[in-house]
Amino acid sequence: MKTFLAFGVAVGAAAALHADVTGKVSLKGTPPPEKEIAPLKADANCGKLVSGAPMTRHYVVGADAGLGNVFVYVKNPPADAKGKAPAVPAVMDQKGCLYEPYVIGAAVGNPVEIRSSDPVLHNVNFQKSIAATPNPTFNQAMGPGAKPIVKTFANQEVFVKLMCNVHPWMFGYIGVVDSPFYAVTDKDGKFSIAGLPDGKYTLVFKHLKAGEVTADVEVKGGSATAAATLEAK
Amino acid sequence: MSAPTTVIQFPERWLHRYAVLVVFCTLGLIGLGGLVTSKGVGMAVPDWPTTYGYNMFFFPVHLWQGGVFHEHVHRLVASGIGFLSIGLAVWTQLVERRTWLKKLAWAALLLVVVQGVLGGKRVVLNDVPVLGIPGSVFFGVLHAATAQVFFCLIGTIALVTSPWWRRGASMPVIRGAAAIPGLTALILVQLLVAASMRHQHAGLAIPDFPLAHGHLYPPTNPEFIAALNQRRVEVLAFAPITAFQIHLQMLHRLLALIIVVGVWIHGYKSLGWGTVAARWGMAWSGLLLLQFTLGAATIWTDKAADLATAHVVGGALSLLTGVLFSLVLQRAKVKGIEDNSCPQPRRFLNPLPVATGADVASWRPSR
Ligand SMILES: [Cu+2]
Repeated sequence: MKTFLAFGVAVGAAAALHADVTGKVSLKGTPPPEKEIAPLKADANCGKLVSGAPMTRHYVVGADAGLGNVFVYVKNPPADAKGKAPAVPAVMDQKGCLYEPYVIGAAVGNPVEIRSSDPVLHNVNFQKSIAATPNPTFNQAMGPGAKPIVKTFANQEVFVKLMCNVHPWMFGYIGVVDSPFYAVTDKDGKFSIAGLPDGKYTLVFKHLKAGEVTADVEVKGGSATAAATLEAK
Repeated sequence: MSAPTTVIQFPERWLHRYAVLVVFCTLGLIGLGGLVTSKGVGMAVPDWPTTYGYNMFFFPVHLWQGGVFHEHVHRLVASGIGFLSIGLAVWTQLVERRTWLKKLAWAALLLVVVQGVLGGKRVVLNDVPVLGIPGSVFFGVLHAATAQVFFCLIGTIALVTSPWWRRGASMPVIRGAAAIPGLTALILVQLLVAASMRHQHAGLAIPDFPLAHGHLYPPTNPEFIAALNQRRVEVLAFAPITAFQIHLQMLHRLLALIIVVGVWIHGYKSLGWGTVAARWGMAWSGLLLLQFTLGAATIWTDKAADLATAHVVGGALSLLTGVLFSLVLQRAKVKGIEDNSCPQPRRFLNPLPVATGADVASWRPSR
């Protein structure tokens, strides 16, 4: 089902200042054009919150074919990584009647904060009816000015899909993995995973549309680089 | 106190009019329910029977936003239908002499209560699998199907309380009409297939018509399905398309073809069955033509919510017309369905219009 094509791995062993695994994910092929989210614009409450035409975010492609919103994680993290807190807290916002960012990562057992910056009613709905999930589901309302909802996920799941039924065009994703070693690529396809101890690992690159590829990487002296290519068919 | 048995009494006429009102309100409610599903907002109100913790009748208006508006209005109107059904059962009990009809009215009330609970379960048990099916789908489909059955029950009550039916002009047994109840049953099956498609919230599994993904029968291998989902630029939060949904959509198209052809054949035949039967046959054929067009339009507009909902309403009307047409045609065969309060039906007097010679003749087509 996956369209995995080329993937290349470059292992850099330089003793860098940043003890990070860094790299870039590229997209091969031409993705289908994104669509305007017309019902958002047409909504009495949400339409006022956005300027211009809100667009779908299935393929975010930046400079040099860099692919954004790819969830990158270590498939075989060190044994003691389980339950460890990630470097950055997981925060999902609801802004302009969209989930922002579209994709975030989270570590098993660690808090995920779901905020709303909107002066409208949302319901944050994580449901099983879409696909089987190992995690308990929930559906909670967030009115204007509501305090953030804090959730923890007990099981690895890539991806948890959040949706809002008040605004059926609202959906966003959380990649939940059993270690703090994950990242989401930025709009240019770049990512960085901090604090991974030296060793040999397999990285998984998963995109909601373009599928999944893996790459082996060896962290030496605290750093490494990796690259992957996903394909839009 | 003995009223002349040939006169249909005032409260009974109003009972009929009231039943017709309930039919129209129920059709409106089916439309609202269909809209909730078309828009994918069934879970906009996560709790039931409360609404965001409020008693549903006191839910603040400023919170009626987006999907909440549709779901909340659906619940309010549904409660209204519940009250109307209580009225119908009590009224029928008071003025009606046909025992089976009283039972039918109480059955309708019971069904609408069950229907309300099913609607609630669809929300509350959204994520609880039933027989391996997600609760949202299981209860959603059941809720949709029960709505159709309730609609037909109310429609039947409206028909048999009508002066026209009470007059008791019985139909001769018509040859070749036996398939009409069968076609009606097929429409019910079709509505179940349709509800199963809609309640998976996956959007259009096949975006083109009359071809399907450019084929007569589209491929459903995993590679094709994966590529389909990858290329799809969904605006709404749809579930992924599956092979099952494609087969279901193809079954829906096949059934549509069989039903439309069957109804048209019988519509044509009905022209020889006298004025009344011909009217029903024509109305049914026309409805099916409209329904077929709405179905095609639903696909061509990428499932625009208003057209998809009109297609749901058209389905309900097609089913009801089939049920009533079957009843009208079968009347001659069914024992004990006559209104016993009118033992001499054709000597019926004012205040209702008298059956004219032409009317009576129309029941008995010359052979
Ligand atoms: Cu929302």
